[in-house]
Amino acid sequence: MSWVLILEQLLNGLQFGLMLFLLAAGLTLVFGIMDMINLAHGSLYMLGAFLAAALVQATGSFALGVLLAIPATAAIGMLLEMSVLRTLYERDHLSQVLATFALILIFNEAVRIVWGPDMPLAMPAALSGPVELLPGMFYPAYRLLIIGVGAAVAGLLYLLVVRTRVGMLVRAGASNREMALAMGVNIRRLFTLLFGVGAGLCAVAGALLGPLLAVQVGMGENILILAFVVIVIGGIGSIRGALVGAVLVGMVDTIGRAFLPLLFGLFFQPRVASAAGPAIASVLAYLLMVGVLYFRPQGLFPARG
Amino acid sequence: MARVVAWVVLAAALAFPLAVQETYYLSFASRIFIYALAATSLNLVLGYGGMISFGHAAFVGTGAYVSSIFIAEGLTSAWFGWPVAVAAAALAALVIGAVSLRTRGVYFIMITLAFAQMMFFLVNSMKAYGGDEGLSLTGRASTGIGIDLGSDVAFYYISLAVLAAGVGGLHRLVHSRFGRVIQAIRENEARAEAIGFPVYRYKLACFVLAGAVGGLAGVLLASHGKYVNPNVLHWTQSGTLMVMVILGGVGRLWGGVVGAASLLGLEDLIANHRVEWLASILPNYQQHANLGVGVVLLAIVLFAPQGIAGLFARRRNA
Amino acid sequence: MLELRSVSKRFGGVVATDDVTLEVKRGEVHALIGPNGAGKTTLIAQVAGDLGSDRGTIVFEGADVTHAPQHQRVRAGLARSYQITSIFGRFSVLDNLALAVQARSGSSFSFWAPVAGEAALFEEARAIAAEIGLSGRESEIAATLAHGEQRALEVGLALATRPRLVLLDEPMAGMGPEESQRVITLVERIRAQVAVLLVEHDMDAVFRLADRVSVLVSGRVIATGTPAAIRAHAEVKRAYLGESAAA
Repeated sequence: MSWVLILEQLLNGLQFGLMLFLLAAGLTLVFGIMDMINLAHGSLYMLGAFLAAALVQATGSFALGVLLAIPATAAIGMLLEMSVLRTLYERDHLSQVLATFALILIFNEAVRIVWGPDMPLAMPAALSGPVELLPGMFYPAYRLLIIGVGAAVAGLLYLLVVRTRVGMLVRAGASNREMALAMGVNIRRLFTLLFGVGAGLCAVAGALLGPLLAVQVGMGENILILAFVVIVIGGIGSIRGALVGAVLVGMVDTIGRAFLPLLFGLFFQPRVASAAGPAIASVLAYLLMVGVLYFRPQGLFPARG
Repeated sequence: MARVVAWVVLAAALAFPLAVQETYYLSFASRIFIYALAATSLNLVLGYGGMISFGHAAFVGTGAYVSSIFIAEGLTSAWFGWPVAVAAAALAALVIGAVSLRTRGVYFIMITLAFAQMMFFLVNSMKAYGGDEGLSLTGRASTGIGIDLGSDVAFYYISLAVLAAGVGGLHRLVHSRFGRVIQAIRENEARAEAIGFPVYRYKLACFVLAGAVGGLAGVLLASHGKYVNPNVLHWTQSGTLMVMVILGGVGRLWGGVVGAASLLGLEDLIANHRVEWLASILPNYQQHANLGVGVVLLAIVLFAPQGIAGLFARRRNA
Repeated sequence: MLELRSVSKRFGGVVATDDVTLEVKRGEVHALIGPNGAGKTTLIAQVAGDLGSDRGTIVFEGADVTHAPQHQRVRAGLARSYQITSIFGRFSVLDNLALAVQARSGSSFSFWAPVAGEAALFEEARAIAAEIGLSGRESEIAATLAHGEQRALEVGLALATRPRLVLLDEPMAGMGPEESQRVITLVERIRAQVAVLLVEHDMDAVFRLADRVSVLVSGRVIATGTPAAIRAHAEVKRAYLGESAAA
């Protein structure tokens, strides 16, 4: 086990974490401001991936396909918000859970009908090779792209939320919705916009992760849970919390899966290690969430006082 | 009125195997009874208790797996395997509930979800018992008193009996002291505590009870198909149970039964009875039954939140 | 009977209650008054157990209940009513009161026997309904009651737990003179058996009922004494009426 391997896994963790952040950012704001549980967020991620795959096929260019998928998904997200989701804001959590669960079912089948159970999405040939980061240390170029895009988007979001008027309104809404409403913020329009941005972020994550994780129906459900874990850890309504939580979860999950079985192998018999190792590794993120909730029930950076 | 309908339905259910002998229908009916039991147990904690538990599938799954593991290991007596499996589910509910109920609102939903997923992953990695491919059983448990559970008719009656006991038990529970407290807690938790009820204890007891009954449903489920796989613990299964409950009527006695029968009936209808005009729009629509389920569920949440049972109740009161 | 020593609570940067020392004697009606936002409801919440205290001790009947959970305090005889009506809306008046009676009579971990068969429970609930002036309204669903009736039920729920000391948080909130009179009569009737810590804005009621009055301003007790003494107290006048009044 060399330091090269460790560094590689750290970068993988960062890469996964940044993509999780893209999903978590949209989710935490919806939850934080409108107090709405949206299980269909994962479906937008899946939609983004499928749209990217289809557009790449249509245009023949990876970059163009991905770039076009973003506004397309954002538009669908906004349509969804204006039609169905808006009626759920005033409803209780159970209704929101059930309605958005229904949306998952609908989206999954709709995608299946239009495109089939899966679609190929290959990473661009130019980026399929390794890059020598340090003497003797190679890392896939594509993953570096993901890290770069993820970091850039995170930076952009930070600027947007902290430095612009819109961002200030969003933060105000997250920390005290009634107050923001009282001050005359046009919550409806702000909200639709926010949803669109969230959907766009999902599309970026879906399209970029597609070549690595496979574009298939149901891909949204698996990552959705992790996104929820991230925002619970980070604190609902907080972008900063979403970033910290996402990187933490990404790291813990990746590094855990890579090294825990090895670690177990050092202390336990091979039969136990090979069974327990992967089992515990896959639940590390959840254990982390339980741990955080125990000590800081509001998450690490709660938006509300 | 509802009473009369209930007795008529029960009588019909008792007479059913005398009229219908095909395995397919008996098996399908048994499946409805089992899911009805699972949905009813969720209705207890969700509808009456007001606790939005997204991890109920974990308890159904625990019952399913523990009972299956016993059979796989050669311990085929139902008198041993079934109670132990139910106790295991109750224990899981005790542990998960004890931790989760310390939280509120969305955190509670997330943490129950997280625990369920944890169990899913743990079971998924149990290579000794099939891992992600699941575990096939050589047969159902043995009762040792002459009732052959392998017979579809016998299994049908056992499932029906267990369901009837479950619904009957729920009815008594709802009108008992415990039932009152639980519903009071759902109505106004803070005030329930303020008049002297240790709310946490009652919620936990409700959670454990529901988990145990869910486990019993799981036992029957695994026995029925002689097969169990980790998907029975997946959070989307919790979602399916929730769909049944809302379809049938949250917090209504027959909610779980009506919901399970409706959903499974709807799925069967779509899969096996081709509707030509639908086929002309979409040739293989029958493979996309979930689309219909999703639309119906969305419609119910948006327009008829009281579910099917609620619609009937309202008409009666009007 | 009830002793508060240096009880304090802050929310982030805001100090809600600050070093409150106060006592309620057996058989006493002790009024707690103060301007809006003084921290009266927070203090009640701390005493009842809805809120924890950052500092200080709360002693009830000789026992330290500062960290006891609310349901335990209720069992010990310390109950409260809420300023913002908090009842079981979908239950009937009778069922509301029966719940409170049920809480103190035996275990509710009983899963089989129907409550409807417990005549004694409902007899007592009916009696309490009569005490609070809701006779004849027992089968009404609580959420459909008029405001004044709901406030009566609010107080009734607290009294149904047969407390030895009851914390009444603005029981007359939003009531007309006739309804307020009924609350005053009720307090007069129960004061022999139940000590009362009464938070109220209605000064007539306060001065008629109270044996002693404590004044809370910005979370601190600025004065405690008989109603007459408080009425004459310079600092109290200043707090309520401004500088010119005290001069």
